[in-house]
Amino acid sequence: MAAAQAVEEMRSRVVLGEFGVRNVHTTDFPGNYSGYDDAWDQDRFEKNFRVDVVHMDENSLEFDMVGIDAAIANAFRRILLAEVPTMAVEKVLVYNNTSIVQDEILAHRLGLIPIHADPRLFEYRNQGDEEGTEIDTLQFRLQVRCTRNPHAAKDSSDPNELYVNHKGNQADLFPEGTIRPVHDDILIAQLRPGQEIDLLMHCVKGIGKDHAKFSPVATASYRLLPDITLLEPVEGDAAEELSRCFSPGVIEVQEIQGKKVARVANPRLDTFSREVFRNEKLKKVVRLARVRNHYIFSVESTGVLPPDVLVSEAIKVLMGKCRRFLDELDAVQMD
Amino acid sequence: MEDDQELERKISGLKTPMAEGERKTALEMVQAAGTDRHCVTFVLHEEDHTLGNSLRYMIMKNPEVEFCGYTTTHPSESKINLRIQTRGALPAVEPFQRGLTELMNVCQHVLDKFEASVKEYKDQKASRNEATF
Repeated sequence: MAAAQAVEEMRSRVVLGEFGVRNVHTTDFPGNYSGYDDAWDQDRFEKNFRVDVVHMDENSLEFDMVGIDAAIANAFRRILLAEVPTMAVEKVLVYNNTSIVQDEILAHRLGLIPIHADPRLFEYRNQGDEEGTEIDTLQFRLQVRCTRNPHAAKDSSDPNELYVNHKGNQADLFPEGTIRPVHDDILIAQLRPGQEIDLLMHCVKGIGKDHAKFSPVATASYRLLPDITLLEPVEGDAAEELSRCFSPGVIEVQEIQGKKVARVANPRLDTFSREVFRNEKLKKVVRLARVRNHYIFSVESTGVLPPDVLVSEAIKVLMGKCRRFLDELDAVQMD
Repeated sequence: MEDDQELERKISGLKTPMAEGERKTALEMVQAAGTDRHCVTFVLHEEDHTLGNSLRYMIMKNPEVEFCGYTTTHPSESKINLRIQTRGALPAVEPFQRGLTELMNVCQHVLDKFEASVKEYKDQKASRNEATF
């Protein structure tokens, strides 16, 4: 029946109309729809939930999460951006800086360099602790000097650069060369002959909420799966026109009995430019919507941790938050 | 307003004494005098929409809850007010606790499924690489 279809659409699709978006908010709470049991049921959730990894390489990950609500998917995205910890340079002790880059600008740039150190092996530094111990700090030394090369035709620089780490038994835990910046070709400053930089850096563990340098992802985002339905059959030249209104690969024009017929081939590829609404004939024929509980996540790591580890850590952070409040409640109830 | 004068502020939370004698509460419960325990506002410190919205969703899925909403008091303060009103005489702490437990179970299940899916993808890729040799 049309009414039942409309209810299903309201519950499961976010509809993109010509002038606005409808059915944005989640409405399937108990009591809103008669005839539906919307109370939380862990078994029903587990039956309908699935995760599919679409593409993964060492720095980026694309995966689908189906059967979860926007509130929880967004919580994972927010945690990936701001609450998964990493190591980054926090304090810079400058012994000598005769370059034209000011001390504070140099310190800011050093802080933004991603450091290849697993933050799970370190602790947070206690507040008020100036020196730092081996369990919470990494120390790097940067010594660069620019001298004139007498043998070159044009003048070129001859830098001596050292990135060295030491401190306690970190030398045992981390074999030489594993604690380093992620990329070894990041330009920090440019020097001319006679200029020198000599400084000591302390790296600590922090989260993106405190400063964006601690964010472990280049970016983490999600989009909902597009759902394009043709309300009437589209044939002939209109089919060709329709396929040009969408991203390539979304609409496929097939030859059936001599006539060209349009078919929705792969709606996932569409980026919803809504070009079809600019066409007077075609805008009545198409319904653009998104599937409310199908999230296509895209996570790009800065290189500190592999992206699948980042997602696992984000989920564990959310569990940690819940556990913290459950412990608080237990402590209160015992009073 | 009358309500403000009669507001009972029950500060209940684990008070951990810090080095300089500060106290760090994580959770407070505020209740208007005269109502029984079925309408309570929880103040969660150091939290924002990340936990607030997901917890609100889980608590709303409980049929015993008549009202659940959360708000960030001011962008400069990092705390949220989460209000729960239950139908009948059920104490509001109970859906709060249940919501937290259910959210933890959801996260655990998502983690298991995600790790299984990643492992499957890696195995598939490895077997595809072997097949080309």
